[in-house]
Amino acid sequence: MSFNLLATICLAYVAVLFAFAFWADQRAASGRVGWLASPLIYTLSLSIYCTAWTFYGAVGYAARSGMEFVTIYLGPTLVMVGWWVLLRRLVRIGRSQRITSIADFISSRYGKSNMLGVLVTLLAVVGTTPYIALQLQSVTLSFDVFSSTPGDNLREIAFIVAIGLAAFTIVFGTRNLDVNAHHHGVVIAIAVEAIVKLVALLAVGIFVVFMLAGGPGPMLDVIAASPIAEQTIQPERWTVLIGLSAMAFLCLPRMFQVMVVENSDERHLATASWAFPLYLFLMSLFVLPIAAVGLNVLPDGANPDLFVLTLPLEFDRDMLAMLAFLGGFSSATSMVIVAALAVSTMVSNHIVMPIWLSRQQGGATVSGDVRKVVMVSRRISIAALLALGYLYFVYSGGSGALAAIGLIAFTGMAQVIPALIGGLFWRGGTRVGAAAGIGVGFAVWLWCSFLPSFGDASLIPASVFANGPFGLSFLRPQALFGIEGLDPLVHAVFWSLLLNTVAFCFFSLLSFPSPLERLQGAAYVNVFRYTETAPGWSGGGAEAEDLLVMSQRILGAGEAQTLFTGEAQAQGKGGYLPDVTPPFLERLERELAGSVGAATAHAMLMQITGGVSVSVEDLMRVADEAQQILEYSNQLEAKSQELGRTARQLQEANEKLVALSVQKDGFLSQISHELRTPMTSIRSFSEILMQGENMSPEDRARYSQIIHDETIRLTRLLDDLLDLSVLENGQVTLNYSEVTLGTVLDRAVDAIAHSSAGIQIVRDLQSEDIPLHTDGDRLAQVFINLISNAQKYCTVDNPSLRIVVGQEAGRPVVDFVDNGHGIDTDVQSVIFEKFSRGSDPRAAGGAGLGLAICREVMKRLGGGIAYLPGQGGAAFRVTLPRTQAVAA
Amino acid sequence: MEKPGQPLFLARASYRRRRVADAARLVPFFGVILLLLPGLWTTTAGSMIYIFTVWAVLILAIGALSSRLRGITEADQEASEPRRDRPPDG
Repeated sequence: MSFNLLATICLAYVAVLFAFAFWADQRAASGRVGWLASPLIYTLSLSIYCTAWTFYGAVGYAARSGMEFVTIYLGPTLVMVGWWVLLRRLVRIGRSQRITSIADFISSRYGKSNMLGVLVTLLAVVGTTPYIALQLQSVTLSFDVFSSTPGDNLREIAFIVAIGLAAFTIVFGTRNLDVNAHHHGVVIAIAVEAIVKLVALLAVGIFVVFMLAGGPGPMLDVIAASPIAEQTIQPERWTVLIGLSAMAFLCLPRMFQVMVVENSDERHLATASWAFPLYLFLMSLFVLPIAAVGLNVLPDGANPDLFVLTLPLEFDRDMLAMLAFLGGFSSATSMVIVAALAVSTMVSNHIVMPIWLSRQQGGATVSGDVRKVVMVSRRISIAALLALGYLYFVYSGGSGALAAIGLIAFTGMAQVIPALIGGLFWRGGTRVGAAAGIGVGFAVWLWCSFLPSFGDASLIPASVFANGPFGLSFLRPQALFGIEGLDPLVHAVFWSLLLNTVAFCFFSLLSFPSPLERLQGAAYVNVFRYTETAPGWSGGGAEAEDLLVMSQRILGAGEAQTLFTGEAQAQGKGGYLPDVTPPFLERLERELAGSVGAATAHAMLMQITGGVSVSVEDLMRVADEAQQILEYSNQLEAKSQELGRTARQLQEANEKLVALSVQKDGFLSQISHELRTPMTSIRSFSEILMQGENMSPEDRARYSQIIHDETIRLTRLLDDLLDLSVLENGQVTLNYSEVTLGTVLDRAVDAIAHSSAGIQIVRDLQSEDIPLHTDGDRLAQVFINLISNAQKYCTVDNPSLRIVVGQEAGRPVVDFVDNGHGIDTDVQSVIFEKFSRGSDPRAAGGAGLGLAICREVMKRLGGGIAYLPGQGGAAFRVTLPRTQAVAA
Repeated sequence: MEKPGQPLFLARASYRRRRVADAARLVPFFGVILLLLPGLWTTTAGSMIYIFTVWAVLILAIGALSSRLRGITEADQEASEPRRDRPPDG
């Protein structure tokens, strides 16, 4: 098969992938997500775990070490099988916190610390670079197999592949700023590639087992006879590799991206829990047969890493070789695309954005498009990452077995595990502890695993390997603390993770977390108990407009405005600007976090709102178990107290009702009494009139006069009663108008003037010039009542009434003070009650309703009336409603 | 009508569901134990058959459990969704 034909088919394949991705993006953009977000697609997208390393390298690995290759698949299988314990938690947190990457996950857990985000990002860049180099290498080698001049143009091919991959990732990966909006195009392309690589490997495997070996039975014989059979499983490597691959599966940036960030439904995990192990099962089923037959058939010195490709070629199966090539190509490209996407998100969110923010003098509100900055930084990061991978490929000289490089990358990313698992299950894990753990693990990994991987004498001199740096023999890279004889990989994994975990626990125990860390810790650990997070923003000095300006620059104008109007509507307001409430800030932060990561979103909001305050209630809410039980019992206690209070209130209400009933009875008897007195005299005088035919006209006139007077009194009594009842029921209509106090008093005094025989009224006209907004007639009624009372009851020789206008607590008051004997202290409390008359026997003229009516009127007018003791005579104080308050 | 001899415990369905979740938690532990055993053996072909058998059993076991757990996550999500969506001060 010619190299050119291969290149053409390859390009055609890439074009098909582009078409799929483009189609999926279009479909998702028009809202028809449908099966794009199905459990099947989710499971297939997880298959980026199987890179070119798996596709080609597994066979090479099996040829070198027998069954050990399968550990790389067993670890992820165990993780998937245990999804209920770990992955479900991870995915739930990822969705509720709108996590954008593994770095974001760690930084968000430990109080949205950007320092941790940077640390994990660095780890990811350093760990991903060799991995990308590995993919470039495998694609290049597989191209080389078809080349007429093997060994030439390797770098050129790698360069072209790197550029092509960067272009694809940039086009489909950075179209959308919101990472949580799911990259449907990329995911569909990955799913297609997943099917291609599975079909390709199965096809080669079936060809080998059934065509070359002659069936499963003979196949086992071939394996038993091959050099592979002599490879024994080393227990410590076996165990460490299963553990390592399980850890890597959780925290490799690309795995986290497809597993957590791109997850659109938690239930997809239920399907993936068996479907993905099945995928891995099928991927590894034929690895050992291919390796055994390859070793058997192919000449000595053939690269076992390429058996998948060279076996079909050896037997002139060009189409099968083509398929195998496309399978390997798919494995490499899908891994590079997602890894570049995931790492570029981390770089832009945790390194570029914080730097850009701190350089913006005016804070987050100044003009300028953040979206553009984020996009450009992501695109540059993708290109830079592929450039790094290419450089690594060139300078490592394509050396070393594929599997070895992959395992070094695994060990590097696994340094995140103690902080990750600790953060998920232990609330005591702190930012300081996580930073210390990851830092120590990173350093040990660099020293024991990464730097030695460049070869014995390239970066670390051979003398250091033999004697340690500066002669410190306990620091030898492959024999730390003098423990020799361990397999280098086991050695590196053991020491890095052990020291990492120890540092994490130790510093976590010693340090004290900030309130935000504690809240986030509780939100992570108790993710199934609390669905809301509680960052506890204080609305403080933030202006909704500033927030809108900032959000528009990150989310885009349309989306930000939709968010703001939606929130405003939910608050019952119109327009674009909602009130800046803590729940709104929480929601806004989560939305922003979906685009630029939790730490950056938090920092940007901090710049505008001036700070976050974690309230005591927030902390109480997430306090530890015992505290919760205590809180619960406190709540119960409060509830029972409340019930007790309600019972007491009911009892009081009952007592009041009984008293009211007694009062009502008293009122009825009093009113019948009041009505009976005039009725009695009317009846008796009318009887006299009926019988006295020879009565003198004078007597008749006198008796008629009495009857008339009594009727008038009766009518007045009934009028008063009616008035009082209307007032008490609040059915009275008040005619508010602008009056001055002076005019109202004038009217009252004039109305009483014709009968005000003998009482002298003293007024200060100047002080009475107070504007009022009130019902003048009703107020005059009160004044008339008070003046006529003074007239009636002031029994001294020269009665006089002083009307004094003053102020009390900012409200105008009018005092009516006469120079009489005043009212006895024991009666003062009841004079405003119905039918209460002073002890004065001459009071028979009134029914005792006057002051009761006054009180009701003043209550309705928003003022009050009270007896003012200690004025030398009877004194009443009328408090008027506050002028400006009423006017408003 | 209550038949004599019928268990007193009424919430059978939810009890069953919780035990399914327990079983799902146990699967990975059995998986770890079973898959670490090959480290003690020597023959390649034999361990290959053993590993793939265990692997298949694990897939079948979690497949059977997950289809039931899927129902729980659904119920779980429905129960928690309204809480998540309610206005925070409500």
